[in-house]
Amino acid sequence: MKYTIQINEGPYTHQASDSAYNFTKAVLEKGYEVFRVFFYHDGVNNATRLTTPPQDDRNVVNRWSELAAAHDLDLVVCVAAAQRRGIADAEESQRNGKDADNLAPGFRISGLGQLIEGGIISDRLVVFGD
Amino acid sequence: MLHIVNKSPFDKNSLESCLSCASDGSAVLLYEDGVYGAIKGSTYAEKLQSAMSNITVYALEPDVKARGIADKVIDGIKLVDYTGFVELTADNEVVNSWL
Repeated sequence: MKYTIQINEGPYTHQASDSAYNFTKAVLEKGYEVFRVFFYHDGVNNATRLTTPPQDDRNVVNRWSELAAAHDLDLVVCVAAAQRRGIADAEESQRNGKDADNLAPGFRISGLGQLIEGGIISDRLVVFGD
Repeated sequence: MLHIVNKSPFDKNSLESCLSCASDGSAVLLYEDGVYGAIKGSTYAEKLQSAMSNITVYALEPDVKARGIADKVIDGIKLVDYTGFVELTADNEVVNSWL
């Protein structure tokens, strides 16, 4: 069983990023494949490495990076949603003449085609959001 | 088909829309604030209970417990953990999120 997971909500908003994280972990524990996690709309805010929650709170962004490193996950951030919200990797930052980048490790910026491909290739597409 | 609902029926009408569309034999999973729809004796309970003659309703146990309503869940609603959530998505070919 192959999954693509879509996240439309930012971290620390309601519960979507937490639900999606717990669901993704459970999919992996079950031995199923996670083909891709796609961050769309405000979900792109899950990808900034500048996130600094209080020490006694969960770090939603690092948690995704760590899960990606442990399971070789493909975390894809929608480029158009990311540009609007100031999420950029070094290349995007330079291309748009910005002075900084903030994409967290394990994430990559790409287009909506990656979501469509995920939907076609995966057996299930599960959407979390607001 | 599996329908997943994450909003309270006292806040949004997504559960209402879901129940009006869900065909006989389908499954509905309440999670996040959606679990408030599972409370026994609420003004919404009767509507959900009547729908339960044709559909199976599940609620995500960690979200139920986080809201302190574990002992108030309508009889017949099945509690599942995240593994159960994954199993429901695997058992149903189509998963629809009512966002």
